[in-house]
Amino acid sequence: MNQQRRSVLKYSAIFGLMASAGLISVAQAQEWNKAAFEGKSLDDVFKILGAGSPDKSAAITLNAPDIAENGAVVPVGITTTLKAEQMAILVEKNPSSLAAQFFIPAGTEPFVTTRIKMGQTSNVYGLVKADGKWSMAVKEIKVTLGGCGG
Amino acid sequence: MADPMRVRAAENGGIVDVKILMKHDMESGQRKDAAGKTIPAWFISTINVKANGKDVLNGQLGPAVSKDPFLNFKYKGAKGDKIVVSWVDSKGDKRTDEATAS
Repeated sequence: MNQQRRSVLKYSAIFGLMASAGLISVAQAQEWNKAAFEGKSLDDVFKILGAGSPDKSAAITLNAPDIAENGAVVPVGITTTLKAEQMAILVEKNPSSLAAQFFIPAGTEPFVTTRIKMGQTSNVYGLVKADGKWSMAVKEIKVTLGGCGG
Repeated sequence: MADPMRVRAAENGGIVDVKILMKHDMESGQRKDAAGKTIPAWFISTINVKANGKDVLNGQLGPAVSKDPFLNFKYKGAKGDKIVVSWVDSKGDKRTDEATAS
């Protein structure tokens, strides 16, 4: 009897944890992460995302041009063979580094492409969070005409 | 604002390829108008895509995403999936559009 009660308690604790974990990720996905988008430098954004100093990973591919003629429209895509939960695109020399962040639910392929603005030639970082750990791929994109200034 | 977006979804081998083109100025907050005053930032901040009522992608965008944002992603799905895309911008404007996977 007592043994059964123990295991019931154990399971309810686990379910409680799962629910709260689920709630947290829902809240994260819905609420715009102001602090992260206002982070001025790469390190700021890494810190806010909880990425620390991510390792470079060969499993992540950053699909982007070597030279962007127009910095206002630079196509950037991230693909990975990792089981990605989140992906982020960062531009080192933009006024705010973080360009976009995506939450990938189970059943969605780890593949996202979008277009970003770049003020000047800069390293672009593709970050992927898989199994709770962030990794990244880096590529320098040369910009001949800036897209941020006026 | 809030013009309709274009959503295309094509199924191939169990994977649905979704392409979304949103209509939005995406003001960066860095540009200045003719009088030299900074134009305030105004951009799509969150986007949610559902297929048959289930989340397939959540995104957060910053002002560094290009004008008329384009988004392409893939998920495991089937022909006829009902895809609903909604975004909210930094002024609280909203827009929702639908498409069917073909």
